Amino acid sequence: MKKWFKHHETYVLLVIILFSMIITLVNPNFLTLENMFDLLKSYSFIGIFAVGVTFVLISGGIDISFTAVATVAEYVMAVVIIKYGGNILLAFLLAAGVGILLGLINATLIHFFKIPTIITTIATLNIFYGILTVLSGGKWIYALPDWFRSFADIRIFTLHSAEGIAYGLSIITLIWIVVIVVAWAILRFTKLGRGIYAMGGSMTAARRVGFNIFKLQMFVYSFMGLMAGLAGVVQALLVQTVAPNSIVGKELDVLAAVVLGGASLAGGTGTLFGTILGVTLIAIMSNGLTLMRVSSFWYNVFIGLVIILSVSFSAYQRRARTKRAIIIEGE
Amino acid sequence: MSDLFLSMKNISKRYTGVQALDSVDFEIERGEIHCLVGENGSGKSTLIKIISGVEQPDDGAQIEIEGQRQHHLQSIDSIRKGIEVIYQDLSLFSNLTVAENIALAQTIAADSRFINWGAVRRIAESATERIEVQIPLDELVTDLSVADQQLVAICRALTSDVKLLILDEPTTALTRKEIEALFRVITDLQTKGIATLFVSHKLDEVLQIAQRVTVLRDGKKIGVFPSGELSSEKLTFLMTGKKLDYSHYEYSAQSVQPLLEAKDLSKAGNFKDINFTLLPGEIVGITGLLGSGRTELAQCLFGMTQPDSGEIRVLGEAVHIRSVPEAINLGIGYVPENRLVQGLVMEQSVGKNVVITIIEKILGALRLIDPRKRKESIKHWIEELSIRIPSVESPVQTLSGGNQQRVVVAKWIATDPKILILDGPTVGIDVAAKSAIHEIIRKLARKGMGIIVISDEVAEVFHNCNRILVMHKGRLVDEFRAAETSEEEVQSCVYTVR
Repeated sequence: MKKWFKHHETYVLLVIILFSMIITLVNPNFLTLENMFDLLKSYSFIGIFAVGVTFVLISGGIDISFTAVATVAEYVMAVVIIKYGGNILLAFLLAAGVGILLGLINATLIHFFKIPTIITTIATLNIFYGILTVLSGGKWIYALPDWFRSFADIRIFTLHSAEGIAYGLSIITLIWIVVIVVAWAILRFTKLGRGIYAMGGSMTAARRVGFNIFKLQMFVYSFMGLMAGLAGVVQALLVQTVAPNSIVGKELDVLAAVVLGGASLAGGTGTLFGTILGVTLIAIMSNGLTLMRVSSFWYNVFIGLVIILSVSFSAYQRRARTKRAIIIEGE
Repeated sequence: MSDLFLSMKNISKRYTGVQALDSVDFEIERGEIHCLVGENGSGKSTLIKIISGVEQPDDGAQIEIEGQRQHHLQSIDSIRKGIEVIYQDLSLFSNLTVAENIALAQTIAADSRFINWGAVRRIAESATERIEVQIPLDELVTDLSVADQQLVAICRALTSDVKLLILDEPTTALTRKEIEALFRVITDLQTKGIATLFVSHKLDEVLQIAQRVTVLRDGKKIGVFPSGELSSEKLTFLMTGKKLDYSHYEYSAQSVQPLLEAKDLSKAGNFKDINFTLLPGEIVGITGLLGSGRTELAQCLFGMTQPDSGEIRVLGEAVHIRSVPEAINLGIGYVPENRLVQGLVMEQSVGKNVVITIIEKILGALRLIDPRKRKESIKHWIEELSIRIPSVESPVQTLSGGNQQRVVVAKWIATDPKILILDGPTVGIDVAAKSAIHEIIRKLARKGMGIIVISDEVAEVFHNCNRILVMHKGRLVDEFRAAETSEEEVQSCVYTVR
């Protein structure tokens, strides 16, 4: 029991439970399976991003450009499947490929020019997004193929509400779950994953102990790119339109979720479980405020407050733990 | 087959503009405890980097490990040959657990791409058993003491088939007791046939542990000596090429009005019933083990923390020092223990660091900094303390440890304090720089400043102070006059288990 309270995740979980209780008291519609499945579906998009960002933060870096990467991947995917046809697997592969490629560009710049990751990725955000806007002319795409539309409606299992409306676990949520499981296994059980933690803890020490930093960085940023590519397709599946300006601007929401989950901007710490909790907290706050009929403008204020409270609380916990005391004789 | 584990001949290394090593020969026998000493910049670290394959020597070098000629020794080759380096910063991952840190090198070397957590634990257990220490394997390394972290680093080195363990300045952050424990581990490893190359500034330790000592000066090898033939004085002479003055500080009474008095000063969990006085011209040493409350006392005298009870008097008047600016106004200066963290803004220039405490004094009209006054006071202090720098605009982080320490001292004496508290003033700097700092301290005291030197090196307080106070578990337990005692007497007072 005491051991749990050493973990940041425990506190986030408690906050989630507290919020859920408050929201449910005000509006019982919150704690329904229907609402939960709906949240799981619509937050898959942020959730997949968050998995990639978790990797980057653990490795000691930061990535701002992932929204631009997702936009480019989504747009390229949409243009190709409309022009040449294809299937959903091809759509995912295409976006993943574009994402990985752009991620590798980030990693190369970071590794060879030794530019701080935040600056590199702010620059590439603008470059990727800028080129896309120029080439696409900012045109929205509506005419997505029918198979693309129908894929989004697939449910793993279906339930019916009292009013007879069908709901259930969406295939989009399943994609998110698979991503989490794979990512968790990589972080926990592979040399690569432990290398990412080691690099985030101390880059010099990681190099000395024999990790190939270049390979690790290549992996981290291309994995982020892959996640961005997948998230791009998921976004297109969710809204069934492709707009060049619909994703860019969400960077900080995702970062907020991951930081809430306990990942540190200093690198080396963070878990996928924490990230899931962070995304959950953001989701229920946004959804809960709507259900409680609070103006959506308050949402940002709440997110900000919760971040400050949660991060400063766990910093305080850490300090209290390491504080050294001297034993005085005769006291 | 010879008994040599490592033999290096004609090792030179030139960096742009600096000859770091100049045809040095070096050898280590199997299972030997060998020390490498030299001042900062003498080439010790370059030599270690070459042994560990991090740097390659210039052409003409010959390196043999276990009788085999090595061409282009790379880090991975060096590790495969059983050479493990424990750097001063330990190279641990503070965000990972003890077990994972210990097993990490093995994990990477393994063929599998996957981690076997059971194996990680077994590796860690067997390594800690090997040196018979108890470290909680599931704790994060960041939560351990420095001494325990060092043991983790040693355990990690032991997980491979290590034949030569290189320890770079391992004792800097350790207390005497922890050093003894470390030495037991090293001699224990020797019985298992593992050689240790020990790099240190602390000469008494070198003489205590080493069988042979190699001395480097300015990139050249001065010689290799059996430690039995050496003494501290001789070693200092070999390292610096000059005789250093080990005389006492002679205090001559200047005034009987105490600058600083502490009366029954107590702070829960830190120190209790502290009584002492400091006269002008005195250098008072406070020594004791790490954690005896010495630093906490200093911080309290400097207004960084508040005492629970008792009284501080400055020039006979009771004062409540509630903040650092108040302490500075009362004429108290404090040079903190960790000069890198607390004393200096590392990225900023030497000049800016020196005047940071006296900004009030260099303001011109409109309360803006007067560039002329600023330049003058920087020049004055740099000359006064003979800080050697290419330019006052150089960032502090580019200076050697000794010069950094002088910048910190300059910064505080620029405030013209009457009372100067120096906490570990010479931690991690070499012999010559050390003696230069000591000279500055004596000079300041002779001019009438009252100085408190806090140090866990008994030799340092014994040689430089006229009075020595010993702290133990938050209390002042004994007081010595340097002229009437011996180093051994103070030593035994500090290390006696109470």
